[in-house]
Amino acid sequence: MNFLRNQLDKVKHNFEKGQKWEKYYYAYEALDTFMFAPNTTNDVKGSQIRDAIDLKRLMMTVIIAMVPCLLFGIWNVGHQHFLAIGQAGATLGDKLWVGALQVVPIIIISYGVGLGIEFVFSSLRKHPVNEGFLVTGMLIPLVMPPDIPLWQVAVATAFAVIIGKEAFGGTGMNVVNIALTARAFLYFAYPTDISGGVWTYLGDAQPVAGYSGATPLSLAGDAATTGQNVVESFNSFGAGWNEGVFTFSNLFMGLRPGSIGETSTLMCLIGAFILIATGAGSWKIIVSVFGGAYAMGLFLNLVGGNAFVEMPAYYHLVIGGLAFGAVFMATDPVTASQTETGKWVYGLLIGMFTVLIRVFNPAYPEGIMLAILLMNVFAPLIDYFVVSANKKRRLQRATV
Amino acid sequence: MGKFIKLKKGFTINLAGKAAPKVVEPEQPETFVIKPSDFHGIYLPKVVVKEGDSVKAGTALFHDKKHENILFTAPVSGEIVEIKRGEKRKLLEIKILADKKVEFETFPKFSISDIGNLPAQEIKNQILKSGIWPSIVQRPYGVVADPMATPKAIHISAFDTHPLAPDYSILFKGQDQAFQVGVDVLKKLTSGTVHVNTHSSSELSTVFSQVKGANVNKFSGQHPAGCVGVQIHHIDPINKGDVVWTISPLGVIQIGKLFLQGIYDASRIVAVTGSEVKNPQYYKTFTGASVKKFLDKNLNNDHVRVISGNPLTGTSIGKDGHIGFFDQQVSVLPEGDYYEFVGWITPGARKLSFHRSIGLFSFLSPNKERVVDTNTHGEPRAFVQSGVFEQVTPMDILPTHLLKSILAEDIDEMEALGIYEVIEEDLALCEFVDVSKHKVQEILREGLDLVQNS
Repeated sequence: MNFLRNQLDKVKHNFEKGQKWEKYYYAYEALDTFMFAPNTTNDVKGSQIRDAIDLKRLMMTVIIAMVPCLLFGIWNVGHQHFLAIGQAGATLGDKLWVGALQVVPIIIISYGVGLGIEFVFSSLRKHPVNEGFLVTGMLIPLVMPPDIPLWQVAVATAFAVIIGKEAFGGTGMNVVNIALTARAFLYFAYPTDISGGVWTYLGDAQPVAGYSGATPLSLAGDAATTGQNVVESFNSFGAGWNEGVFTFSNLFMGLRPGSIGETSTLMCLIGAFILIATGAGSWKIIVSVFGGAYAMGLFLNLVGGNAFVEMPAYYHLVIGGLAFGAVFMATDPVTASQTETGKWVYGLLIGMFTVLIRVFNPAYPEGIMLAILLMNVFAPLIDYFVVSANKKRRLQRATV
Repeated sequence: MGKFIKLKKGFTINLAGKAAPKVVEPEQPETFVIKPSDFHGIYLPKVVVKEGDSVKAGTALFHDKKHENILFTAPVSGEIVEIKRGEKRKLLEIKILADKKVEFETFPKFSISDIGNLPAQEIKNQILKSGIWPSIVQRPYGVVADPMATPKAIHISAFDTHPLAPDYSILFKGQDQAFQVGVDVLKKLTSGTVHVNTHSSSELSTVFSQVKGANVNKFSGQHPAGCVGVQIHHIDPINKGDVVWTISPLGVIQIGKLFLQGIYDASRIVAVTGSEVKNPQYYKTFTGASVKKFLDKNLNNDHVRVISGNPLTGTSIGKDGHIGFFDQQVSVLPEGDYYEFVGWITPGARKLSFHRSIGLFSFLSPNKERVVDTNTHGEPRAFVQSGVFEQVTPMDILPTHLLKSILAEDIDEMEALGIYEVIEEDLALCEFVDVSKHKVQEILREGLDLVQNS
């Protein structure tokens, strides 16, 4: 490794202040610190020792938590593809190959566009390249439909990074979750491209007879008007070409069409386990989102009204992207509530709003995305009350 | 009656190189140094000695221009060999070449029964004159106490939870009487109580357990349970306008001896610790001692950092530096100026971390003593609110919000969020665990200065 270090040291001085490539110092710094943990030591005064963690390792931990969703997602894209074209007998290798061909380009585009913008801004603004995008760059592909045109991925990523983040001052300053901004951008800018059959990659092949691109959320939404029992319509869906695709166990496992990484509640729970065990994600938020959604579902069951409202509450936890959103989106430390008490409130409200939006606003079936974006905006308000309470305790103590 | 307080949050940094319970009396160092930078809240030090003067233990070296009665005195007798100044003639240190045998300035002596009748002003004058006064630290701000003030309480932390911290039952063994007299004297200076805060699990030295006339409180829990700011927060928190004094047991004992024997006895036991020390143990010496003699032929290797104090809040002083006024510990750690190939992801059971992120396994064996160097293990980044600051701050204080208000220079907000209750050491663990490598202690001091001078 000495050779590599020597090469870096050889060019390093060119990036320092007053040298010819001074402008690109932070681009160089990003590369250098990626290759080698720096040789900087602590100051003469203050803490002389530091924890072995750094931001890169923390972010890497989050990425590793997403790997189960990613791998399952790649396989599932292939699996759903072969089911839809009537070749249920395709091998594991075939499925992974088809899935990887669809998913990997999306990942490359997401990282390429996002990091490119990040480097440009870090050089312009003279701030370090932040490792936060390593996570965002992986989240974006996981919330994309498998059949998304690559140019849309690029546009959405660029929009999210520039308008969602850099316009607010860069990493750590953004108000709303960047990956969700990308997804919401597509949702509102290209509504026709992100609905209907987009959830399954068909390619040039023709779907089998009886094929339908409906999702559990749209089925449930239809049930609200037709009055058909939601669970029955789930269980009967897919007859002839993908028997039992929407049974509860299938929904839990994630063997259904949907965005690349969000279909499997099980894989999200594995990710949640990694996040909680490593302390990288807040267990309070994860638990309270699930809890809030379930509680709201139960409450609606009691109230009753239409077939969607009466859908058993636990179905809410496995359809749509609730699990993925709860585990990976709501826990984003920048946009979530920053106080420990606030995290409970924040999570609960996300869960409750998700179900409310799903049930009462059929125009936007993906409730979790809107609920998280909404609560991102309200998180500072929640924190304001929690911090005020802290201040008030101090003030009351003084006057006693 | 003392309180019993259980603290759940915190993190004890378990380092290799704890001092063996053995006190040696070595050949004394040649030079001793008093540094104004050890004290906060001095406006301008005015030197009253010249190079070449001879001084006794207790002879004034300098005083604060604003508070002329707060004297900083020589810990040992000898000759002033150097008055070191920096830029703009700022006083850096006064160096004394010590005599073989310490001679003392004499102050009035009192019998134990007399002390009970001394008026507060006379007590203050004597402590001020002797040069022991600066060991009384005033909260808020952690500054040298104002002699005009009457604190609502005086707190003495009788244990240290910092990494490699010395054992107080060794440091203050046999000083029961001096400590008791010191407490009696201090009681006269406060309108409230003197609190002696002890740890519940360690075997309590009789110095602290037998003390009369003070509230003996018990604490349990990890670091920073030993930080006096954390203790005050749970016993009798500081509100706006309050004045509270803190003093180490060493200062109390020195005050006791001052009144009993009429001398400024600056002798102290210092723990020389750290993974790079061959024989970590205790040494008997005086305030401001040079570390040279203690480290000579006592280091495992040459590439080390010598710290006056503990590794969390100390100051790097170099191999022939001098121990700070408030420190009873020297820590020697490996210097960490090396590159580590993809060090941000390489796993290691040897890497010490509060976190449990991928590749960091130290949480599995918290009782294992680890060698930690001075590398930053990463580069400065923007704040990430991962909630760890809160996990190592056992107080009803929101560290992140407080730090952000300091960065924004919002004084009202700092006050409301409790800046009066903390000084550097209370939040030092935040600096250690921070993924974004902020200089938390430096930021906090900037905030304290800002509030104090506003």
